[in-house]
Amino acid sequence: MRTGISTAHSVVEPSARTRWVAGAVVVAYALLTMIPLVWIILTGFKTPPDSISYPPKILFTPSPQGYCNLFTTRSRQTPEYIAALPPASDICDKVARDDNMVVAGRSNYIPRFVNSLIIAFGSTVLSVGIGVMAAYAFSRFDVPLKDDLLFFILSTRMMPPIAVAIPIYLMYRELGLSDTRLGMILLYSAVNVSLAVWLLKGFIDEIPREYEEAAMVDGYTRLQAFRKVVLPQATTGIVATSIFCLIFAWNEYAFAVLLTSGTAQTAPPFIPIIIGEGGQDWPAVAAGTTLFLIPILVFTVLLRRHLLRGITFGAVRK
Amino acid sequence: MKSMSKMLPGVIALAAATVLGLTGADVRAQDKTITLCWAAWDPANALVELSKDFTTKTGVKMKFEFVPWTSFADRMLNELNSKGKLCDLIIGDSQWIGGAAEQGQYVKLNEFFDKEGIKMTDFAPATVVGYAEWPKNTPNYWALPAMADAVGWTYRKDWFAKPELQAEFKKKYNRDLAPPTTWAQFKEVAEFFQGRMIDGKKVYGAYLFTERGSEGITMGVTNVLYPMGFKYEDPKKPYAMDGFVNSPDAVRGLEFYKALYKGSTPPGLTNAYMTEGLDAFKSGQVAMMMNWFAFFPGLYKDPNVGGDKIGFFVNPSDKAKGVQLGGQGISVVSYSPNRNEALQYIKWFANPEVQKKWQAIGGSSAAKAVLNDPAYPKSSPFAQPFLDSMDMVVDFWAEPSYAQLLLSMQKRVHDYVVADKGTAKEALDALVVDWKKVFKDDGKAK
Amino acid sequence: MHWWSTGRRSSRTTARPSDGQAQANHGMSSPAALVARAAQATPAGVAVRMRGLSDRAIAWLFVAPTMLLLLAINIFPLIWTIKLSFTNYRANRPNAAVVDVGIDNYVSVLTDPDIWLAMQATAHFLFWTILLQVLIGFALAYLIDRKFRGHGFWTTMILIPMMLSPAVVGNFWAFLYQPQTGLFNYAVSFLSGIPASSFEMIGSVKLAPWAIIIVDTWMWTPYVMLICLAGLRSIPDYIYEAAEVDRASKWRQFWSITLPMVLPFIMLAVLFRGIENFKMFDMVNLLTSGGPGSATELASITLKREAFEKWRTGYSSAFAIILFVAVFGLANIYVKALNHVKNR
Repeated sequence: MRTGISTAHSVVEPSARTRWVAGAVVVAYALLTMIPLVWIILTGFKTPPDSISYPPKILFTPSPQGYCNLFTTRSRQTPEYIAALPPASDICDKVARDDNMVVAGRSNYIPRFVNSLIIAFGSTVLSVGIGVMAAYAFSRFDVPLKDDLLFFILSTRMMPPIAVAIPIYLMYRELGLSDTRLGMILLYSAVNVSLAVWLLKGFIDEIPREYEEAAMVDGYTRLQAFRKVVLPQATTGIVATSIFCLIFAWNEYAFAVLLTSGTAQTAPPFIPIIIGEGGQDWPAVAAGTTLFLIPILVFTVLLRRHLLRGITFGAVRK
Repeated sequence: MKSMSKMLPGVIALAAATVLGLTGADVRAQDKTITLCWAAWDPANALVELSKDFTTKTGVKMKFEFVPWTSFADRMLNELNSKGKLCDLIIGDSQWIGGAAEQGQYVKLNEFFDKEGIKMTDFAPATVVGYAEWPKNTPNYWALPAMADAVGWTYRKDWFAKPELQAEFKKKYNRDLAPPTTWAQFKEVAEFFQGRMIDGKKVYGAYLFTERGSEGITMGVTNVLYPMGFKYEDPKKPYAMDGFVNSPDAVRGLEFYKALYKGSTPPGLTNAYMTEGLDAFKSGQVAMMMNWFAFFPGLYKDPNVGGDKIGFFVNPSDKAKGVQLGGQGISVVSYSPNRNEALQYIKWFANPEVQKKWQAIGGSSAAKAVLNDPAYPKSSPFAQPFLDSMDMVVDFWAEPSYAQLLLSMQKRVHDYVVADKGTAKEALDALVVDWKKVFKDDGKAK
Repeated sequence: MHWWSTGRRSSRTTARPSDGQAQANHGMSSPAALVARAAQATPAGVAVRMRGLSDRAIAWLFVAPTMLLLLAINIFPLIWTIKLSFTNYRANRPNAAVVDVGIDNYVSVLTDPDIWLAMQATAHFLFWTILLQVLIGFALAYLIDRKFRGHGFWTTMILIPMMLSPAVVGNFWAFLYQPQTGLFNYAVSFLSGIPASSFEMIGSVKLAPWAIIIVDTWMWTPYVMLICLAGLRSIPDYIYEAAEVDRASKWRQFWSITLPMVLPFIMLAVLFRGIENFKMFDMVNLLTSGGPGSATELASITLKREAFEKWRTGYSSAFAIILFVAVFGLANIYVKALNHVKNR
């Protein structure tokens, strides 16, 4: 698999032996760091008692209980009560009854997951959308106080989220934006737009002005040149920036836990509080974690080529 | 790449439309459903079952929002402070009453009670003062007592009954192995079981609350402090704490709790509260466990440690008696758009028949109709200990700034007991300083 | 001039051949022709009156939404925070009288020993996480740059921890760190023979700070690795070739070419990770709740307790401003140093 940068190394290729050793070390590191993650994925398939067994169980009988517990709420009943009910309707119902519980309804996981989708993608589109416009302006035009404004924009990312949350909390309370998806989208967009402008400016700086100037000489307006010349060439940068913005908004916790409640709450505040009958329902938490990782994983793997370019271009080219 | 750039404007437009459309969907559908917010624990699940009766009788549907205890206060207080409309009814902790009453977050219920003939004399006095009144000991009611609770103890009756253990204990301590009634006895029993091999596994003496983040270690340590003589303030002079909070008795109590923690508990429980205790007891790790009476019905039914294997006893005493009050009252949130339906729920819940059903289904009623019933003490092995506890309950501060007072105590106690910082006297002295500052800021003390 | 110093003067404003290749596929008239025409193009900065909106109008139009959003969500609240920091306002008592207390809050914050403990905990966390992540990240990047077979795949694998939510990571590492039932103690005891229940990572005052450092390093080393990798890849080959011609040893090449040229990238990684870890809240809060005691109570955790549990809004606003000024000042100095290194 290529990672997108086409610099071939020189005449001075590392020897086969060096490469083998390097590979071995990297693979070892990768496997080591994968272990916690694999453990969590496996835990999603354990029964709750298995997940807290002492010592930890490496071999176990898989069970859908983790995923079922994630999606349902249950209540404990007496065996007589359960025997009197109509037969189990689906696998989660059956699994619950085996444990003397009855499915009482749906859990809040799916609504939270959907909120995450809406808020994360919505804010990414917004921040990258307005960010690319501002980046273009900063790149091409002589905006007054440009350097100061740019550093200022970066500095908005330096406040701890809790600190930003204090006045936002008060403001949203007055405006009725508490616990709304719109409020969260605006907030995440504002946090992400600084990164977006900074990265995208770097990308756009790379695109020679001559291209759009030539297009304008050809009769395009500035706006058309922007749309038809600059944007396509900046696609790599836009995609890379979008990945970063998305990862931030998708995984964000502090704002979500302080500013949302029932309506707009996303998944990160929800997953760590999934409680079973005793302590945390670790299989359900693990299941929730695994499912939550998948969209980001898919997104990033599909667009991994852009990630590498995105990290440095624009940032180094201040 | 090219197709992506063509798609881009379309994607943006679609996303924008979605966002605008969905944010419009924040408006709720108008049907008769009210939401009740509580902590996520066994009694809450029981309440879901019980509330089906309410829906049958009035046609109002119920939705529930349950949050685990460790984030319950944070989340709900945040909700109340941001004037949230999520909860129509809230079963809030007894300590929130001060703040919620003074800030107009709860609806004052006096008028409603009078109109509907709900009398506070129908409920156990300790629960009325603890869960409903603000200011304390005045007839201003902000909640209906919903869940009567206190800290209690469970023990492994089957282990205590083992003849070889009984013999060994008798030889060592010259008395029978039995549930302790004083703290000195408790320590002996706990040390006796600490590190012992029972049924092939190493077990430990006791389980104590040590949780740092919300209220855990405070709710644990007070059960030693109260019997040993700790007081929050001079009974004759409100907010005068010197010599009461950090009295020699209090210091002794705090040191005792630490000694128990270090010497008689399982390893690794440095941040443990209710659920970890249940895990520890159910998995056969400890001989005695501290927890809220609310969990005892579930424990009694547990297949592994319930039935004959489990016994219950009241919080041990020392020179005095005292145990930490738990429990909650049910209140109507003043920002709720469904106030009438919420009040209907309260009226339904206050009915003695419903209270009896509540008790039977796993809740813990505060109604005299239930508690004073002659059949009550025999209704379960933990009923008598519970009644005894309710006679000696003491509550933490319920002031509007209770959170600051609580967090301060959490820090000082956890620093000393778990993180080995300083001495007990230093911890309590620092606590007095903290608390004085809070009351000074509040204008309640000089 | 020696061969090892030539690389630093490469200009960064013109497109390099490798980039031109990527751009050439965008179906325009050949770049060469465009560039030829562009040679006569007007320089930027001169307002060109074309059809449609003027450049000036476009500049304003394009920058406005961003500035408006930042003003509303960042600036205005910042000003509000500054205002609040001079009062005794409490968000859970909106109806209480608000009194101006001057700089009392600032004095309280700066003289509170608990605040200084939190700053100490934060500094310890910052120092070790950055050190470990740079060392490991750079080493990984260097090894990956040797281009062994399948390095693309393994690089992607290494990236995965970065994609998780820090809060969720903190939560499940608490599970992994359980002394009796967790994987970490079990693995350590398996490998080293120390019994699993004899030590506790998040329960011990000594080990808890290391527990959070380990988790953060596990999560973010890939990030530093990516930055270093980009840095390594940006070093043109001809410099190495020239060094080979001069028969410089591999070691010498590393010290005199690789390291200096990657240094700006490393410094950038340090800056980003530093800012992020200074603000760290979710992962640590869910892993240890700041405990045991206050051993891992970082600045943000203290801030959250003051602001959203004790509801001392005025006081916590002062603390927030102090933190912001600290980061801003340090970042400013650091970026100047970074630019200095870049422009050598």
